[in-house]
Amino acid sequence: MKVLVPVKRVIDYNVKVRVKADQTGVDLANVKMSMNPFDEISVEEAIRLREKGKATEVIAVSIGPQQAGETIRTALAMGADRGILVKTDGDVEPLAVAKILKGIVEAEQPGLVITGKQAIDDDSNQTGQMLAALLGWPQATFAHKLELSDGKADIEREIDGGLQTVEVKLPCVMTTDLRLNEPRYASLPNIMKAKKKPIDEKTPADYGVDVTPRLKVLKVTEPPKRQAGMKVKTVAELLDKLKNEAGVI
Amino acid sequence: MASLVIAEHDNKVLKDATAKTVAAAAQISSPVHVLVAGSGAGAVAEAASKLAGVEKVLLADDAAYAKMVAEPMEKLILSLAGSYDAILAPATTNGKNYMPRVAAKLDVPQVSEILKVVGPDTFERPIYAGNAIATVQAPAGKKVITVRTTAFKAAEGAGSASVEKISAAGDPGISKFIGEELSKSERPELTSAKIIISGGRGMQSGDNFHMLEKIADKLHAAVGASRAAVDAGFVPNDYQVGQTGKVVAPELYIAVGISGAIQHLAGMKDSKVIAAINKDEEAPIFQVADYGLVADLFKAVPEMEEELTKLGY
Ligand SMILES: Cc1cc2nc3c(=O)[nH]c(=O)nc-3n(C[C@H](O)[C@H](O)[C@H](O)COP(=O)(O)OP(=O)(O)OC[C@H]3O[C@@H](n4cnc5c(N)ncnc54)[C@H](O)[C@@H]3O)c2cc1C
Repeated sequence: MKVLVPVKRVIDYNVKVRVKADQTGVDLANVKMSMNPFDEISVEEAIRLREKGKATEVIAVSIGPQQAGETIRTALAMGADRGILVKTDGDVEPLAVAKILKGIVEAEQPGLVITGKQAIDDDSNQTGQMLAALLGWPQATFAHKLELSDGKADIEREIDGGLQTVEVKLPCVMTTDLRLNEPRYASLPNIMKAKKKPIDEKTPADYGVDVTPRLKVLKVTEPPKRQAGMKVKTVAELLDKLKNEAGVI
Repeated sequence: MASLVIAEHDNKVLKDATAKTVAAAAQISSPVHVLVAGSGAGAVAEAASKLAGVEKVLLADDAAYAKMVAEPMEKLILSLAGSYDAILAPATTNGKNYMPRVAAKLDVPQVSEILKVVGPDTFERPIYAGNAIATVQAPAGKKVITVRTTAFKAAEGAGSASVEKISAAGDPGISKFIGEELSKSERPELTSAKIIISGGRGMQSGDNFHMLEKIADKLHAAVGASRAAVDAGFVPNDYQVGQTGKVVAPELYIAVGISGAIQHLAGMKDSKVIAAINKDEEAPIFQVADYGLVADLFKAVPEMEEELTKLGY
């Protein structure tokens, strides 16, 4: 069984973003970019499946500019077998990403697609579910634990009330949550090896997908700022403020 | 035309996320109908019919909807979509699960977690963990939207909508619910609590969270946590507040032993009042706290319990 893992190049999670003065977006010039953290979890899970003999090949896909190739290299250095870079400049919305992925799924016929539950830049939380719907496949979002058996997967999910287990038929789409696993770091020898692994280059047109954004971004602004308040010296003073000044207890 | 709100419930109780989503829907397209998809959920439909601003409640009562599994939910919502120009769900783990399937099948972009309705097709939504707010305009055609419920107030007053039973739309049979492990608590739910006390890595163990629970019980508060506290196994995953956990906006949020990472702030910085207890006076949490106490939590928290007792809580 092949496993397909989409990986997105996003602003590093440690960077505090700055909104551009002209309100057209956030400033990405000279900012550290990394693989979306949830996608690292996806790559890790896929590699573990191959190591356990449950998957035969792990394919990392990225849709984005030329530099998204580096994100694929990171996945290859972690242990993915080969990559597909679908080159496009500018923002691609989740629905267009899902349509491109559908084309790749039809060409590659994986038994499982593992996506992150959300990308930490647009925080949409849509792509995996959209892909599953377009393919007519079942999905298990926010995965906490995966158990694969013949033709099906039992997946424990993180939900608002706790944990829920669903059984889905394969092929399926799974989206990863934080506690599914702890992604490995790529070792130096593996980083070297990854340089020789193949990356296919494609374009959205190869899959017949128009990536023109459908949502129009009118402006991007800063959220209202919270002012730092005061320091209190004692617990008693804190409670007094909460009770008599703020009136919240 | 009209908008359709998908109700959030557990087959017994209608969650207040629904009323807030109704409030958002009313600003987009009226009248507002509510779909209750559940199993043995008559009481939920009854409760939905009493929400202010709701004209009609559709009740699809079938075993397939007992746990709102995404695939049958998609079929059901699509079977109704023709009559509506906006379909909304609260951005709960349920709404986030089934709604993008609906959007994809309708071939429209989903607008996730709206904070504000600027106009019938224009919305504000948070991006980059809420460090930027995008104003987006949806294209002509159906709108598929999830709502960040902390950003909307439920309409006041009571309604008297009719309840119409509708038939189920079938189960594609490719997925099924197996079981669940829900956190049991007598305390209020995180997303609706007026007061929340959250612990972070500084708590050092799950046992130490009992200190926070004692305070929570005095203040009728919910207990939350940072990702680090959940990852360390101190508390279950559903306690996590933040960019990738729950978003909360209580009257009072008390952060104990939490540093205040961007991802945590994303989930609580819209609280009315924030108090923080941390031994590191440089901790970023103090930059958003109205009241900061630089102290060792192992001293301050028990003391807080004593002081509250003295004050008659
Ligand atoms: C993709 C991604 C998603 C994430 N999503 C979330 C999310 O949704 N929610 C979230 O919370 N985090 C999230 N994080 C993690 C986030 O980046 C931080 O790592 C996390 O919030 C830190 O938790 P913490 O403040 O408890 O721990 P730390 O940062 O370790 O802080 C512990 C604090 O406790 C204080 N302390 C220690 N001992 C004491 C004591 N005895 N008395 C008083 N104070 C004490 C310390 O001074 C310190 O400030 C995410 C990260 C990533 C990469």
